[in-house]
Amino acid sequence: MSESLPPDQGGRDAGNWARPVDRLSAAGVTGAKVDSVSGKRVSGPLQGFGQLWQKTFKVRLDGSELSPVELIAMWKDRFPTFWPGGSRFYAPLAGIAPGEVALLDVQPVPGSPVKLSTGVMVLYADDESFTFMTPEGHTLSAWITFSAYRDGDVTVAQAQALERTSDPFDELAYMFGANRMNNRFWRQTLENLAKSVGVTAPSVDTQIVCIDKQRQWRHAGNVRNSATLRTARHTLTAPIRWVTRRG
Amino acid sequence: MSATVIESESSGSTAILRISGDITSGSEGDLTAAYAAAVDGGARTVILDFAGLAYMNSGGIGLLVTLLVRAQRAGVHLMATGLSDHYRQIFELTRLDEAITIHDDEATAVAAAGA
Repeated sequence: MSESLPPDQGGRDAGNWARPVDRLSAAGVTGAKVDSVSGKRVSGPLQGFGQLWQKTFKVRLDGSELSPVELIAMWKDRFPTFWPGGSRFYAPLAGIAPGEVALLDVQPVPGSPVKLSTGVMVLYADDESFTFMTPEGHTLSAWITFSAYRDGDVTVAQAQALERTSDPFDELAYMFGANRMNNRFWRQTLENLAKSVGVTAPSVDTQIVCIDKQRQWRHAGNVRNSATLRTARHTLTAPIRWVTRRG
Repeated sequence: MSATVIESESSGSTAILRISGDITSGSEGDLTAAYAAAVDGGARTVILDFAGLAYMNSGGIGLLVTLLVRAQRAGVHLMATGLSDHYRQIFELTRLDEAITIHDDEATAVAAAGA
């Protein structure tokens, strides 16, 4: 958990940004079984390994009376409820506010019996948008921004990610299905959001651009922090721990 | 919100882009065009002077990341100068400071570019 900078100590945007933190703390989260985020640093697109992608998902909320500000307030408040089934988002008690840390459980690859335990830090939040940044060990080194704006008379909800996979194993998983699964995840999230405000047949527009085709081999060592490998090890050794406890 | 205003100045292989107003995702056209003009004019070092920066959101910092990646791939050295304490903190927070050289003022950056 961290804090935002008071507006009188910076620019007009000062209260919207998290304060720099050396190490993250998920002390403000309850309910998650595993905290693999506390003690980690944040890791953005510059620190990742794989190709750099910009992904934009948009849905028009035809028929909804919500303004962009009202939509973002509702999205922040009910963020976990729009996630597709099988994944969990453990929101911070203080809500989605700059500097807060959330924990999450997601499937790293399609059909995986292992749940990846990781998290995000709220990098930025204002009335019309909020941005998450991933911690070290997350499969993606990324920022993802959720925003809303008016297009004529219609409010449009948008999720835009700037992401690289974090290490070579994550890049392989990304190439063999995790990328498509990730895209499906955000499309489904936006569909769920649209349905919640009364859109009966939401259509999500997707734009995916490769910003940088090269991989950053100097960051291949990120694998030492891999939450995927740590979670897999934790899951696979669960029977041993169970037997040890009983014995 | 106010518009992004970019004033360009070139000298040899160094270009200075003086940015004032707001940087958001809506600044992409202006910033990309100013950067492209500088590089097309022969600049191998581009100094971004943020002394006039009034507002930046997460879309703006994302824009700087994509610009930085493009510069790295093209072999162009990107520097930042004129950052207030607040914006220095944002560079630190987003770890942009690990990839872009920050100088206190233009003169120092120009001297470093020529070194």
